[in-house]
Amino acid sequence: MIPSSVDYTRASSVTEAIQLLTDNPDAKILAGGHSLIPAMKLRLNAPSLLIDIARIPELRFISDEGDKVVIGAASTHHDIISNEAVQDMRAMVEAGELIGDTQVRNMGTLGGSIAHADPSADWPAVLLVLGASIQVQGPNGERFIAANEFFLGFFMTGLDEGEIVTAIHIPKLAEGQQTAYRKFMQPASRFAIVGCGASVTVQDGQITDAKVAFTGVSDAAFLDEGVTDALIGQPANLETIEAAANAAAEGDIHINEDHFASQAYRKHLAKVYAKRALAGACGLE
Amino acid sequence: MSNKFIGKSVKRVEDKRFITGRGRYTDDIVLPGMTYAYILRSPYAHARIKSIDTSAAEAMEGVVTIMTGEEVGHYGVPCGWQVNFKNGDTMKEPPHPLLVKDKVRHVGDAVAMVVAESRELAQDAAEAIMIDYEVLPAVIDASKAVEEGAPLVHDDVPNNICFDWEIGNPKEEVDAALASASHITTLEFVNQRLAPNAMEPRSYIGQYDNVYDKYTLYTSTQNPHLIRLLMCAFVLGLPEHKVRVVGPDVGGGFGSKIYHYTEEALVTLASKKIGRPVKWTETRSEAFLTDAHGRDHVTKAEMGFDADGKIVGLRIKTFANLGAYLSTFSTAVPTYLHGTLLQGLYTTPKIHLDMTCVFTNTTAVDAYRGAGRPEATYLLERLLDLSALEMGVDPTELRLKNFIPAFDGVTQPGYQTNVALQYDSGNYHGVLQRGLEMLGYEDFRKAQAEAAKTNKLLGVGFSTYIEACGIAPSAVVGSLGARAGLYEVGQVRVQPTGKVSVFTGAHSHGQGHETTFAQVVADRLGIPMEDVDIIHGDSDTVAFGMGTYGSRSLAVGGSAIVKSLDKIIEKGAKIAAHKLECSVDDIEFIDGKFNVKGTDKSLGFGDIALTAYVPHVYPANLEPGLDFSSFYDPTNFTYPFGCHIAVVEVDKETGTTKIKRFIAVDDVGNVINPMIVDGQIHGGLAQGIGQALFEGVEYDENGQIINASYMDYTMPRADDFPMFELDRQVTPCPHNPLGVKGAGEAGCIGSTPAVTNAVIDALWSAGHKVKDIRMPLTSERVWRAMQS
Repeated sequence: MIPSSVDYTRASSVTEAIQLLTDNPDAKILAGGHSLIPAMKLRLNAPSLLIDIARIPELRFISDEGDKVVIGAASTHHDIISNEAVQDMRAMVEAGELIGDTQVRNMGTLGGSIAHADPSADWPAVLLVLGASIQVQGPNGERFIAANEFFLGFFMTGLDEGEIVTAIHIPKLAEGQQTAYRKFMQPASRFAIVGCGASVTVQDGQITDAKVAFTGVSDAAFLDEGVTDALIGQPANLETIEAAANAAAEGDIHINEDHFASQAYRKHLAKVYAKRALAGACGLE
Repeated sequence: MSNKFIGKSVKRVEDKRFITGRGRYTDDIVLPGMTYAYILRSPYAHARIKSIDTSAAEAMEGVVTIMTGEEVGHYGVPCGWQVNFKNGDTMKEPPHPLLVKDKVRHVGDAVAMVVAESRELAQDAAEAIMIDYEVLPAVIDASKAVEEGAPLVHDDVPNNICFDWEIGNPKEEVDAALASASHITTLEFVNQRLAPNAMEPRSYIGQYDNVYDKYTLYTSTQNPHLIRLLMCAFVLGLPEHKVRVVGPDVGGGFGSKIYHYTEEALVTLASKKIGRPVKWTETRSEAFLTDAHGRDHVTKAEMGFDADGKIVGLRIKTFANLGAYLSTFSTAVPTYLHGTLLQGLYTTPKIHLDMTCVFTNTTAVDAYRGAGRPEATYLLERLLDLSALEMGVDPTELRLKNFIPAFDGVTQPGYQTNVALQYDSGNYHGVLQRGLEMLGYEDFRKAQAEAAKTNKLLGVGFSTYIEACGIAPSAVVGSLGARAGLYEVGQVRVQPTGKVSVFTGAHSHGQGHETTFAQVVADRLGIPMEDVDIIHGDSDTVAFGMGTYGSRSLAVGGSAIVKSLDKIIEKGAKIAAHKLECSVDDIEFIDGKFNVKGTDKSLGFGDIALTAYVPHVYPANLEPGLDFSSFYDPTNFTYPFGCHIAVVEVDKETGTTKIKRFIAVDDVGNVINPMIVDGQIHGGLAQGIGQALFEGVEYDENGQIINASYMDYTMPRADDFPMFELDRQVTPCPHNPLGVKGAGEAGCIGSTPAVTNAVIDALWSAGHKVKDIRMPLTSERVWRAMQS
């Protein structure tokens, strides 16, 4: 619990941060520090330099841009869940409220969380069902990565060497679209053993579009198409939901296991939580 | 004597410094020239050390010294309690060296100590020490460690058995009683291993003063004098009068800070070697590996009943895991603190416990809040509720039928158990009946029947417990193998101005002694609480002391203070009689005034104090001064008891248990500060319920703890609990002057089986007739129990 000695610098702009990262290949970007600092204390990670981006003004904002909400990467969990612009995206608020405790939510950031890509983190499942797009910047300029191409594996993302996340773009909800997030917590860390984000669009009682994503279940958050296939075109009722939820976490996917939840139990929980998240999105709980 | 403070919820005087972050803990102390130690620990559970190369580390800048087993391995820490085999042989007592030189025996075993100019440098240097290990197979499970061919933790301890032991009636009598039973409930279960997790990690500073040839050890301990005695007499051979041990503010112990740890002796040795103070503070990760763990029993228990539901016999076989080395009181916990409580609250006529205590390649196991008594309570109370389910009778009626009848211990004698102890006083029906009133039992059973049709099952679990506290008469514990007496010391020094300094051998590490003891002193002397200072924790200021554990501080330490207060008042009366020119028999002491009975002549406590120190007008043949010290050695343990009731909701889909209500009716004898007692009960409940639902050290087959961090070891949190519903019954202790029994462990001892029982009851309500679910009752374990 005593980190190795490390240099620290605070970047004043994204450009400067990228330059520092390019110049110091074993440096680490520090935002809220809630994953990196514990790893350093355990000496699992020993960067030579920490580049603090938490106070770069251009990274900490939330703006309503008409057809989408754009969230700066250094926005804290608390910034997000207390912001007017995301209140109708219930999955966003419900997930954010279940992250850590007040102190964690005041320090941890959305960009830091997704760049770290903990397989049990809450945000990835939400960004997947909301169809978010991740804005990143690196030595070769700026680009966008769709959420479903961002979370690639165990602590692995679509970020290239030297790139940092700068913002997350979330499309506004469509007519009739509702979302929810339900989480079965690992009791010690309170990360997700199973976190389920659901988005359901209902027109005239029929489900016209749906997305279900899981975190905690596999080595990265993923959209579960087996569930959505069983929803689209069906009436929005509990029978539909229960039948669709039974298809969750099936097929050729790796299921995590640990001393809190075996593979069989996790798979079972995925079905229970798919049902609960979908019922939540449909107002049927 | 006045009655202003005793029985009142006076706010804790120590809280101002604690809640404003100004407590002064060992790690807060910085001494001139201080150095920092880091201990290099074994990554393997069992391995032979083939070589250690410290040369690269020694060459690093900032390294002051490096010690290994070669230098200090001949020193070792002792065990404080001798238990003999059934055949009379002395227990196996392998050495526990300060640093290991031949073979490491658990993950975290100490191999080398680096002393450097900073903690970071010390750890960097430790990482440069090269050790060549030959990894050996490890044994983790106590019941497997005794099997033929199991790896030997200590090469000269056959079958890893430290000792075997029994208590109770002759086994044949118990066998016969069970053979006659009309129903026998058999329960095989594990009382899992727990990590103590005090908020403050262990921290020590060794300081050697070469001018006065004197050592000082600052230590986060529950008993500084005991540490001094053990370290001087049994480890380092230092002259006791040249060693000062200070236990400053200590952030929780729960038992884990009773013991004399190797690092205390290491920093003491190192400070002499280098002539500078040496501080060592463990990391949280080290705490999981090295603070003595609690519990870890594997048990098979059988309870027999006659056709009327009366208990006829109890037969138990238990393997207790002691870990790799004997911690200070490790051997007493599964034996004298556990086997002696197996009578419970019941008239069970025949009881036999067969206990085997075993070494394994794991962290040492010792007393953890409750220490042996939670294990006994869990065993009995699980059996009672399960028997009721199996026999189709009500669990509360089964208890009422088998309870020992009420007795006050004054006009009626104490109750002699079949397992050595004699209970002091009790009214066991009373606490259960009060608990049932608070629960609304009939309404609950109706709600439960409704809930059984839904996805949210309801269950209720009972636990009617007894414990033995205030440990205890020296002669008794001595005859049972304790290598120390168990009295307490209380000195009351009245200053010339009438202010009072009280020196107690008890040690507060969260219990609120500075408040509770001051309430007693202020009332007895009729002075304001502000005029009383409670001083503890420093062997240079407090004459002697045995420290705080086993809920003993008020019952034993408080009683020692009362003895000294009686002497103060008696002497004060002599001084007052002389000054007021009357017979001492005519003096009465009320509300801080020495009055001549039947007159308005009187002198205040302050006048008498001043006279004692300025003895111009003074009785002949009376020494000046007003300062008394007393040793109090109790005549018996105290026996708190109570009734705990858990109401749980079990989610049928996930197996998750939620505590809906928790009722605790405890009888801890007289109460000095109800708020502090409630706080002790709350904390105990959190730990006891924590064992049932959340906590547990998990080893893999290689002896690695797989949940040695707060990311994986589930500590109970406030939002895991409902508001606790507490009530009290008061049956005073008949044999100590305050009539108190002790409240520190009650919550932890009673609550655990109530929770497990409630979950089992919920499952039976839906037709899942399971006997046991292994603790902690994680969601998956409960869910699996419902799949069968």
